[in-house]
Amino acid sequence: MTNFNFSSKFKHANIFSVILFFISIILIAFKGLNYGIDFKGGTLIELRSNNTEASSIRDVLKNMDLGDVNVKKFGKEGDFLIKFEEKGDNNKLIPEIKKNLSDNLNSDVNFRRVENVGPKVSAELLQSGIIAISLSLAAMLFYIWVRFEWQFSIGSIIALFHDVIITLGIFSLLSLEINLSIIAAVLTIVGYSMNDTVVIYDRIRENLGKFHKLDIRDIANLSINETLARTIITSVTTLLALFSIFILGGEILRGFSFAMILGVLIGTYSSIFVASPILKYFKVSYKTIEKEEEKIVP
Amino acid sequence: MLNFSKINVLIIYSLFIFIAIFAVLNFQNDDEQYIKKKINLGLDLQGGSYLLLEINSDSLVQEKIQSKVIPIKKLLRDNGINFSNFKINDNNLSLSLDNIEKFDLLFNSRKDNLVNPYIDNYRSFELEYKKINSDQIEISFSKFGLLTINNSALKQSIEIVRRRIDDVGTKEPTILQRGEKRILVELPGLKDPERIKSLLGKTAQLNFRLVSDNKEFGTDELISENGEKLNISKRIIMSGENLIDAQPSIQNQNNEPTVSFTLDRLGAQKFGRATSDNVGKRLAIVLDGEIVSAPNINEPITSGNGMISGNFTFQEATDLALLLRSGALPTPLIVVEERTVGPDLGEDSIKSGITSLIVGFILVILFMLYKYKLFGLIANTALIANLLMLIGVLTILEATLTLPGIAGIILTVGMAVDANVLIFERIKEELKTEKSIIHAFDSGYSRAKITVLDANITTLIAAIILFAFGSGPVKGFAITLGIGIITTLFTAYFLARHLTSLVVLNTKNKEINI
Repeated sequence: MTNFNFSSKFKHANIFSVILFFISIILIAFKGLNYGIDFKGGTLIELRSNNTEASSIRDVLKNMDLGDVNVKKFGKEGDFLIKFEEKGDNNKLIPEIKKNLSDNLNSDVNFRRVENVGPKVSAELLQSGIIAISLSLAAMLFYIWVRFEWQFSIGSIIALFHDVIITLGIFSLLSLEINLSIIAAVLTIVGYSMNDTVVIYDRIRENLGKFHKLDIRDIANLSINETLARTIITSVTTLLALFSIFILGGEILRGFSFAMILGVLIGTYSSIFVASPILKYFKVSYKTIEKEEEKIVP
Repeated sequence: MLNFSKINVLIIYSLFIFIAIFAVLNFQNDDEQYIKKKINLGLDLQGGSYLLLEINSDSLVQEKIQSKVIPIKKLLRDNGINFSNFKINDNNLSLSLDNIEKFDLLFNSRKDNLVNPYIDNYRSFELEYKKINSDQIEISFSKFGLLTINNSALKQSIEIVRRRIDDVGTKEPTILQRGEKRILVELPGLKDPERIKSLLGKTAQLNFRLVSDNKEFGTDELISENGEKLNISKRIIMSGENLIDAQPSIQNQNNEPTVSFTLDRLGAQKFGRATSDNVGKRLAIVLDGEIVSAPNINEPITSGNGMISGNFTFQEATDLALLLRSGALPTPLIVVEERTVGPDLGEDSIKSGITSLIVGFILVILFMLYKYKLFGLIANTALIANLLMLIGVLTILEATLTLPGIAGIILTVGMAVDANVLIFERIKEELKTEKSIIHAFDSGYSRAKITVLDANITTLIAAIILFAFGSGPVKGFAITLGIGIITTLFTAYFLARHLTSLVVLNTKNKEINI
C-alpha cells in the first residue's frame, strides 16, 4: 500500500479546483460553446478531392450566398470539412454545391458525408441533450443517496459538476465542437467519475466503522491510499483504450475520445481531491454512518 | 466464495458458450446461414441516408376549411337562418347570424350531421365555433378535427413515401412514423440520395386544365414550358387521382421521351367528354402549379390512354411516371434532418474502428499481464470471454452497430478489467492480514462485491439514460456500453472467480503472488 499524504494537499487542491471551476463557468458564459450543426442547425459536408486547397473551395462557395462558410482540412490530405448555416432548400442546394465544386475545381469531388439539421430539430436535440445530462446527474444523486448517507451524495454531485463544467470549460477554451457524440462522452464521464468516487467512498465508509478515533481527514487519506493502486490501474487501462480510439479511430471519433480522455483525468483527480475532502465540511464521522447503518444493503 | 458446485460450473460455462457461439454467427457466409442472426451495421458504417421528413398540414387545413363553405351556407339557407359578412380567412370562417341558438342546435347535432361530423374516437366534433360578439361567430376546426386531418395526412404520406421508395428499388428501407408530424426514412447502401430526396420533395399533384381566357371559374397566369404566358382556367377537368398507371416511353416519331398514362373508368369518361367538347383548344398539364406542357387537343381522347410530353430527358420521364403512379402527397414534405454517409467513408470507419479496437485490446492485455502475471492471465481470459459475450448478446438482439458503438466496445474493454482489479487489489490487502490464502481470496471476493456492483451500476445508469435520449449512432454507443457492463459483471464474478478458485485451490497453502 502507498502512503502518500494526500490530506496535506487538500486545501491547495480545493482552491485550484474552485479557480478552475469559475474560470470554466466564465468561459462558458462569455466565450460560449462551439455548437456543431447538431445543436445549431446547418449543413456539414465532408469532401474528398485529389488535389485542391481549402481556399479554392472557399472561393467557389463564396459566390453561392451560403452565409458564413467554414472550410477546414479534415484528416488526410485532400479531405475537407465544409460547414455553413444555410437557409435555402436542402433538396436542391446540395446537388448545386456538388455541381459548382466539380465544375470549378480541378479535381474529382466526392461527398463522403452530408449532414443537414433544420433549426427545429437542432433545438430539440439540444433540449434532449440537456435533459439527458440533468437526468443522469439526478439519477446518480438518487443512487448515492439510497446507498450512502446524504453527505456522500452531495459530495459526489459536487465532484460531478466539477468534472462536467471543467470538461466543457476546456472545450470552450479550445473552441472544440460540441455535438451529439460529446453529449455521449459527457454522460460516460459522469458514469466513470461516479464509479471512481464510489470506490473511494465505499472504503471511507468501511474505515469510518473500523477506526473510530481517526478524524475524517485521516480516514480519507487512508482510504485514498488503500484504493490508489486500483484507481491508477483502471485509469491506465481506460486511457489505453481511449488513446487507441483517439489516435487510430478516425476523425469522427476524435472529439469524442478527447472529451473522454479529459473526463477520465479530471474524474480521477476529483474523486481524490474533490469528493473526499468535501466530507470534512459536512463533519462526517463514524457517527454519521452509525445512524444510518440499517440502510446499508448487505 | 471459492466453492463452486458442479451444477454451478456447468451453468456458468454453458451460458458462456451458448452466448459466445452467437458471436461466431457474424462470420458465416451470407449464402449458407444456418441461423439468420447477425449484428446490423448502422448507416454510418455501411453507408446510406437517414432522412427525417415533416409534413406541413397548414395548407391542407386551409383547403379543408374552404370546402366547408358551401355545406355551411346550405345548412343556413335550408333552415332559414339569415347570415351576412361571410368571410373566408386562413384557417377559419367568420359570419354574422340572426339566430345563433338555432345554429348551435344544428351545428352540434350528432345525428346525420354532414356539415360538422362527430368523431367517435375522440368524442368531439370536427368543427367548433366561438362567439366574437352578440351576432358574429368564427368557425374553425376543433383540436381533434385538426388532429384527424393531421393524422390522415401523415398516414397517407407514409404510404406514398413507401410506394415511391419501393419503386426506386433500394434494399431494406425503413419507413416509420416519428411523433405527430414526422416520418423517419432510413435507406442503407443508397448510391444517389439526391434522387430520392427530389422524388420525396415533390407533392406531384397533377391537374388537367384548359388554356382559356374565360373568367367564369377564374384563371391563373402560368408560364408554359416554352416560356409563353398562358391563362389557365381554375376549373380542373381531371386530376392525378384518376390515373391507374403511368410509364415512361419513347415516342416513335422523334425519339422523344414521354410519359404514357392509363385512366380509370371515371377518368376516361371525364377526359373523353372534356376533349370532345374542346377540340382545337389547348389543354394544360399542370404539376405542382407548374405547366409541364400545354398541347393542342387534336381529336377527342376516349380510350382512357394518353401521353404527356414536355422536353423530358429519359430520367425525368421515368421519375415523373414514378411520381404519378405512386400518387400525390397530401402536403409538401420538408427534410428537417438529413445524415448521409458515402459507402467509402463507411468502410474507412469500420477499418479504423476495428484497428483501434484490436490495438486497445492488446495494450490492455499486455498491461494486465505485466501488472498481475498469472492473475493477469485470468483477467485477460475473462476479458476475451467478455468481448465474445458482448458480441454474442449484440447478435442475439440483432442490435445495430455504429461507429460510436465500436467506441463503446473499446471503452468496455478498458473499463471491464476494473472489476477484476478491484477484486485483486482487495485480495492483496486481505493476504496481508489473513494467514490462510483461501480465506484471503474468499473474503477478498465477498468484500469487493458491493464496491464492484456500486461502481458498475453508476455507469449502467448513464448508459440507460443515453439510450433513452440518444439518437442514431449515439444510441449504438449506449447499447454496447450497457450490455458491456452486464457481461463484465458476469465474466468477472463467475468466470474469473471460478478460474481463480481453480488456481488457489490447487496451490493449497504454498506461496501465491498476485
